[in-house]
Parts: sequence; C-alpha cells; structure tokens
Amino acid sequence: MGKVVLMQGNEACVEGAIAAGMRLFAGYPITPSTEIAERCAVRLPQEGGKFIQMEDELASIACAIGGSVAGVKSMTATSGPGFSLKQENLGYACLAEIPLVVVDVQRMGPSTGMPTSPSQGDVMMARWGTHGDHPIIAISPSTVKEAYGLTIRAFNLSEKYRTPVIFLMDEIIGHLREGMEFPDPEDIKIVNRPTVEFPEPKRKPYHMRNKQTVPAFAPFGKGQRYNITGLIHDESGFPTNSPEEAEKLMNRLMHKISDNYEDIVECQQFGMEDAEVAILCYGGTLRAAQTAMEEARKQGVRCGIFRPITIWPFPERELKAAAGKLKKIVVAEHNYGQIVLEAERIVKGQCDVEFVGRWNGTVLTPQDILAKVVESK
Amino acid sequence: MTVNTGDVSVYKKTKQMSDLIYKYMRPEHLPQIWCPGCGNGIIMRDVAQAIENLNLGRSRTVIVSGIGCSSRAAGYMDFNTIHTTHGRAIAFATGIKLANPELEVIVIAGDGDISAIGGNHLIHAARRNIGLTVVVMNNNIYGMTGGQYSPTTPTGDFGTTAPYGNMDRSFDIAGLAYGAGASYAARGSAYHVQQTIQLIQDGIRNKGFSIIDVASVCPTYYGRKNKKGSAVEMLKWQRDNAVTVEQAAKLEPEELRGKLVIGLLHHTQYPEFTYQYSELIRKLAEEREANE
Repeated sequence: MGKVVLMQGNEACVEGAIAAGMRLFAGYPITPSTEIAERCAVRLPQEGGKFIQMEDELASIACAIGGSVAGVKSMTATSGPGFSLKQENLGYACLAEIPLVVVDVQRMGPSTGMPTSPSQGDVMMARWGTHGDHPIIAISPSTVKEAYGLTIRAFNLSEKYRTPVIFLMDEIIGHLREGMEFPDPEDIKIVNRPTVEFPEPKRKPYHMRNKQTVPAFAPFGKGQRYNITGLIHDESGFPTNSPEEAEKLMNRLMHKISDNYEDIVECQQFGMEDAEVAILCYGGTLRAAQTAMEEARKQGVRCGIFRPITIWPFPERELKAAAGKLKKIVVAEHNYGQIVLEAERIVKGQCDVEFVGRWNGTVLTPQDILAKVVESK
Repeated sequence: MTVNTGDVSVYKKTKQMSDLIYKYMRPEHLPQIWCPGCGNGIIMRDVAQAIENLNLGRSRTVIVSGIGCSSRAAGYMDFNTIHTTHGRAIAFATGIKLANPELEVIVIAGDGDISAIGGNHLIHAARRNIGLTVVVMNNNIYGMTGGQYSPTTPTGDFGTTAPYGNMDRSFDIAGLAYGAGASYAARGSAYHVQQTIQLIQDGIRNKGFSIIDVASVCPTYYGRKNKKGSAVEMLKWQRDNAVTVEQAAKLEPEELRGKLVIGLLHHTQYPEFTYQYSELIRKLAEEREANE
C-alpha cells in the first residue's frame, strides 16, 4: 500500500494532470478553483513544465490551446464566471480538434453569485455553453481520489478523441480534504494523441486513414506545415463554404464521440439490482445520497443510486435500462433542476421522475433526499 | 471579391512575380480575398521578405492570426499557420511560444483585432516581454464587416457606425505597446516597403515582445467613406506625409499633426519571458540534484 496523504480535490486534480503528462497550465485566479493554479505554479516547473498566469480567462484557455497545438498536454481551470468567458475558445478547440482539459469548479451563480458556495449549476453550460452544435465530454468526480484518477481519464479521452474535455468539479469536491493514496505509476494508463512523427508533405491534416478514430495530430514545429482554423474546413484544414463538406465535418465531430459511447461513458450503480426507487446524483452530491439510501433501506424502501461519472455524454442507455424496473427516480442536484430534464427526456415516462435540489449556497442533506425517496403520492 | 477557383496555372512563374510566392505562399489558396488596392498584400509580402532575409525556415516559423481582413494572411502563407478567434491571436501565440520557445512566432493582426477586442492581450504580452513579433495591418477601419470605425479611426472621420463622424480619439498602437512594456516598437507603412521589411526583421531579431504597427490602406471602406481617393492616392498620401522618427524629433506637435511617423520608436533589452522560465526550470532541477 502506498503512502496516504491528506489532500484537497483541487490539489489532487493537479497531481492527476501531471501524472497524465500535463506540462502547460494557463490560468487566472478565481474562487473556488484558485488552488489548482497555485499548485500548478509550484509543481510544473519542478516537472519541467510551464505555468503561466494570463491576463484573463479568455487568454488562459487560448494559451492552453496554443500549448496543445505545439504538442504539449495543456490545461486551464476556472469557476462559473470564468467558465462563461472560456466558452468562445472551447468551441474553437471542439472544431479545430485540439486536445485540452478545462476544469470548472462550480460555484453558485448566476453572475458573481456566491463565490465560495457549492453548486452544480454549470452542468448544462458544460453541454451547450459554446455556440453552435458541438460534441463535448464532461466528467464529474465525487471523491478526492477520483479528482486524481478521473483527471488522468479526462486527459486520456481528450488525447484519444482530439477534443476538449471538461472536468466538472464542484466546490464540495474541490475544497474537500480527505485521505488520498497515489497509485503506483506503473498502474496508470496514459494515452497520447495519435501523432504525425515525420513530415508528409502531401498529407491532409484532417484526413483519416482506415480505422482511425481521429486524424493524426501534427504538432507545430515538427516539420508538417499546415493550417488550423475555427472556420468550417475540409480535410485540408482550409476554410470551405461547401454544404457537403460542412455536413461531413459536423457529422464526423459528432460521431467520433457518439460512436464510442462504450469507451467514453461511465456510470456507477449502487443497490440497483432490487431497487424500486433510485437516487440520480453526481459529483459532490453522492455522499448525501449514499446516507439517504442506507436510511431508506432501513425504513423498508428498496433504494438504489444511479451516478453518472461521465455527465456528457450522459449514460442514457444505462438509465433507460434501469428506469423500466423502477417506480421512481429522485434526481438530487445542487441547482434549480438541470439534469432532471435530461432524466425526464431519457426515461420517457417509464417511471416517475422527481427532483430535489438546492439553490441557496448550502448543501443537500441526506434528510432532504430521504424525504423525497420515501414520500408516497 | 475574387473567387478561389483552385486554378494555379495563372501563377506560372513569370519575371514579374516575386520568388517569395513560390517559396513562402500557398499558391493553391491564391488569389487572396483582399479587395483590389488593399495594403494588406504588400504587408504580407513584407513579412515574407523579412523571413527570407533572416532565413528563418518555414518549419520552425509559426504565423498566428485573429479574425478580420488581416487574419486571412495566415492561410496564404506556407508555415505552421493558425487562424484563431477575434482578438485572441496573441494569447494563442503565447501558448505556442511557451510550449516550444525554439519556434519563431509571428502574429499578424488588424487594428480592431489587436487594440479593441484583443487590447488586453496586447498590453499584457508586451508587459511580459514574451518573444513574439506582432505585425499590425492597420487600416483604420473594420473592413471584413463593412466599414465600422475602429480604435485607430481618426477623430472626426467616418465609418458606417460613425455616420456623423467619429467622436473617439484614436489609439497609437505602437505607442500603447511601448507604454505597456514592449521591448521593440516600430511603425511602418504599406508605401515604405524597404523600411518596413527592415523594421519587421529587427523586430523578429529582438529577443522579447516586438510590435510593428504598419499603416495599411483600405480604399474600399475607409478610403471611400472618407473621400481619400483611390488606392494609389492613399499610398501617395503615405509617401507625402510620412516623417521619420528622427525628423519628427525636430518638429513641434503642431507641425506633426496629420503626419505619419515611421521608423523605430523604441528598443530596449529586457529578459524574455520563456527564457526566464527555462532558467527557472534549470535552477530547480539543479537544486533537486544537489539535494539528492
């Protein structure tokens, strides 16, 4: 067994990122994600990497994209107001297919809101925040240990699918301190983007060979000269106004995520084998749900938990399968009702979908959730 | 506007055509979309000539652009090129330079792009003295969107959003960057080709943040809205109204009104950001070795 250290979710995220190979971090101070920038400032130069505090949130994501374009795994981190500002270049990374991890430690909004208070109010922004249709992957950790391990997974997915991945933490996990045991480095699986090692002058930068999931990436400066743009482009990387090419690109971007559902989407189910009621929760809400589930079972209600780890794409196949056996799903989240809409869409009336939330800067208690679970109509 | 037909046969090498086109441009993406008489093509060529004179090499040179007329330059130039978002070219370029300081990173931007929506990135990159070279195609107008006034439109001049005359005072972009800490700041013009090439070359050679603010001409929008005449007349205006930095030093402010001051405005030595960061990494590694 390795050494157990007391660590905060934000700090574990940085260590996970470094283990994944992140060597460039560009950020801007914002509560409650600041510890991520602070730890990167200390740790990255020790690892031969670079930290830079940019002039604003727009610049920090742009800088991280630039780092990735030059072939270095890059990350930026923020919270709600900053996440709003990052949306512009998040779309750029989606369209230009630049691997990148964007951490959002959610706090209560809208606007400046309650800067140090927990919330899960950004889940829909994580899905739809940047303009236009686009694919996205978002992952939400529930423990400090997951803040480490799932950050590595976020980088791996980002590299494999050449897409930005949103690491959707909440203040509860970002600031939570608990025992953390680092895995043996040999047990950590690291994925690197498929790369063009040697210049191939006639290669089209967005052309895919057979069986490739994404086009191989050519880091700037390695000899393969090409063009990257945020305009709709064809395989050559140059802008096009052709409806056929536009549709082809959009379909490819969407399908590279949706066609790999099994590889990307993860969820956890507790006590669902015999459950009549399920609590659907994610991130920092899981702990209160676990206590509520135990208490409900003591009271004779067969309760289970359905927890998406990957929030986007949502584990809809699993939820659809589970819903048929349930009387009720209680969606517990720290917002005014966001994922509950997704649950209703997926469940399509197979069972009741109820909601319990918080939107006042405090946390949901097990009693809040329990009351909804045991409530009979 | 010309349409790219993909027919490159019209670019058969002739004595009149610059060798730079074959060496540094992507002929299959020409002709460029800039209007007849636009100064941007001249400035793009100045950049290519400066790269040629310094023998930078295509593969280790990166061209970063934002959005607007100027930003199209990246697509025409055969280097590592990235056409980014409006105003953010310097921020993208910062990441590229930081990730690989060996690369020569050149930003080509417009006046609205670099000093309005991207103004914050400009002043902070200058303050940081990161080794980027920024070439501004300054045409005093938002051309791509059809002639709205920009931060460099002179007071009283017209644009589609300044139908009664521009009330704002205009930015001196090179002066702004100098004030913010740029270690090299210069101004050229589309007319003064040789001087501008030299200024770009010196800017690239400078180890730190360099800006070359180049007066372009936009006969289609700025020129037409302000009755400046044809492209040739606008270039002649640059010829007749330019004064060198040395000449300007001897003139009174009143005499300088309406003049275009060209040349090297400022050059100083100050440690470059990525060099300092690499030194930090080296120092930390040495300390760790000493402690082991």
